[in-house]
Amino acid sequence: MFRNNYDNDSVTFSPQGRIFQVEYALEAIKQGSAAVGLRSKTHVALVALKRNAEELGSYQKKIIPIDKHLGVALAGLSPDARVLSNFMRQQSMASRLLYKRPVPVARVVNAIADKAQVNTQHYGKRPYGVGLLIAGVDETGPHLWEFQPSGQILEYFGAAIGARSQSARTYLERYFESFPDVSRDELVVHGLKALRDTLQQDRELTTDNTSIAIIGIDEDWKQYDGPKVKRFLDLLGEDGTRSQRAARMDTAVDVGGEGEDDDELAALLGPQEGTSAMDTTE
Amino acid sequence: MNQFPHGWGRPRDDVYGAYDASYLNSTEPVTHTQRPIVTGTSVLGVKFKDGVIIAADNIASYGSLARYDNVERLLQVGTHTVIGAGGDISDMQYLHLLLDNLLIREQYPADDHHLYAPQVHTYLSRVLYQRRNKFDPLWNSILTAGADPKTSEPFLSYVDLRGTTFSAPALATGFGAHLAVPILRRYVPDDAAAEALTQEDAEKLVEECMKVLWYRDARSGVTYSWAVIKKDGVETGNKKIENQSWKFAEMIKGYGAQNI
Repeated sequence: MFRNNYDNDSVTFSPQGRIFQVEYALEAIKQGSAAVGLRSKTHVALVALKRNAEELGSYQKKIIPIDKHLGVALAGLSPDARVLSNFMRQQSMASRLLYKRPVPVARVVNAIADKAQVNTQHYGKRPYGVGLLIAGVDETGPHLWEFQPSGQILEYFGAAIGARSQSARTYLERYFESFPDVSRDELVVHGLKALRDTLQQDRELTTDNTSIAIIGIDEDWKQYDGPKVKRFLDLLGEDGTRSQRAARMDTAVDVGGEGEDDDELAALLGPQEGTSAMDTTE
Repeated sequence: MNQFPHGWGRPRDDVYGAYDASYLNSTEPVTHTQRPIVTGTSVLGVKFKDGVIIAADNIASYGSLARYDNVERLLQVGTHTVIGAGGDISDMQYLHLLLDNLLIREQYPADDHHLYAPQVHTYLSRVLYQRRNKFDPLWNSILTAGADPKTSEPFLSYVDLRGTTFSAPALATGFGAHLAVPILRRYVPDDAAAEALTQEDAEKLVEECMKVLWYRDARSGVTYSWAVIKKDGVETGNKKIENQSWKFAEMIKGYGAQNI
């Protein structure tokens, strides 16, 4: 009757040493639209692609502010992200009340990781079905973390989660070495370019479907949605139109990742890095 | 069968006898701290050019009896903070326990985040205010002194048993608030004056104030602990009040056996 006897709960290992419920939760992230995060020496940016269930409906929120110095982008089940972000807001308020200190990013990320891990070890619980990119600034500078329902957390220079996010990761892997010194706006543009690579052929980044958030060492959380996104989309320039992108993608496929704007990084990365476009999704 | 809902799920009185609730009601009402018992007196604190100095004597009084003369009332909290407590000594020791545990907890993540004076002061103010809201206060007034390890910015703040907090370039608790603060303010009226004050002058100023307190505060002691907190950390020591002159005492009349 059951094809797989080892995926009924999140406490049972398969004989191969896997916990299927946790792996299914990781699949839920890939069902969600993409979110990209990246970090410079001074800023962290989150960009995300919003989806609407139907033409007449509103777009699902992808970026949730937690505090002046902290926020998340999500991919997967947004109600689960609300639960986690509400918890992070509580942690943040507790830290401000008790110590008058903005909560250190790593601490609050560890706290949600512990919460998520518990769900993989207790019968009758289910893992969270959402992945988060956590962007924040604290005493030790700007930080970007990735959270997974398995309870795994990792810190990144650049990260992408959600549907077709491998394309964005490929973009980030090519360019990340230039990120530390780029300006605030350039960082966002890099994020948008990475996000753009996750789009299907007939889609474009618009003011409706794009969400942007940015925090810096001397800059509180700022979020851009709707018309306010236009300024950043304009910075993408001509390169941002559908036909330009299609042309770029074609050349990328043909010559293994040498786009028209790849000159300086080809020099930077050397020849072997071009193959990263062919990496398989994990 | 007991038909009354309050009896459901309880042992039946007719089988087991009535429940003996006497131990729940002690004969005494619940009591909270209503006065301090063993007490410490003043704590002084002064900001100077690149740090703060804080001092408190080593006496613990039982009423007017100088019961202990070797009590350390300054506590280093972390790398760049020292707190000094006046008031009830046992409550002070309880706060030391809380802070020790807090600091141990803070070390676990080993993530380069540390608690400095502003954080410690806020924590103490929350604890004290919470206890006053339980009508069971921790009977202390506390100075928190520290310096920012990056900017060298000095920090000095006061909190008491009601959770009242305030900050000034020179502060004192207890009797010192009456006897030492006027002297301190003559030299350090504002932040600008504190920024101009050298460490040497600040130390002399505190020495002078401790001497005045030794003369005029009957709960004070002749030995005291001091700590200087600067950018590179904490320096501590002990001092005895030197060059005493009790000549003024000859003028005082009206106490003890005297022929007028």
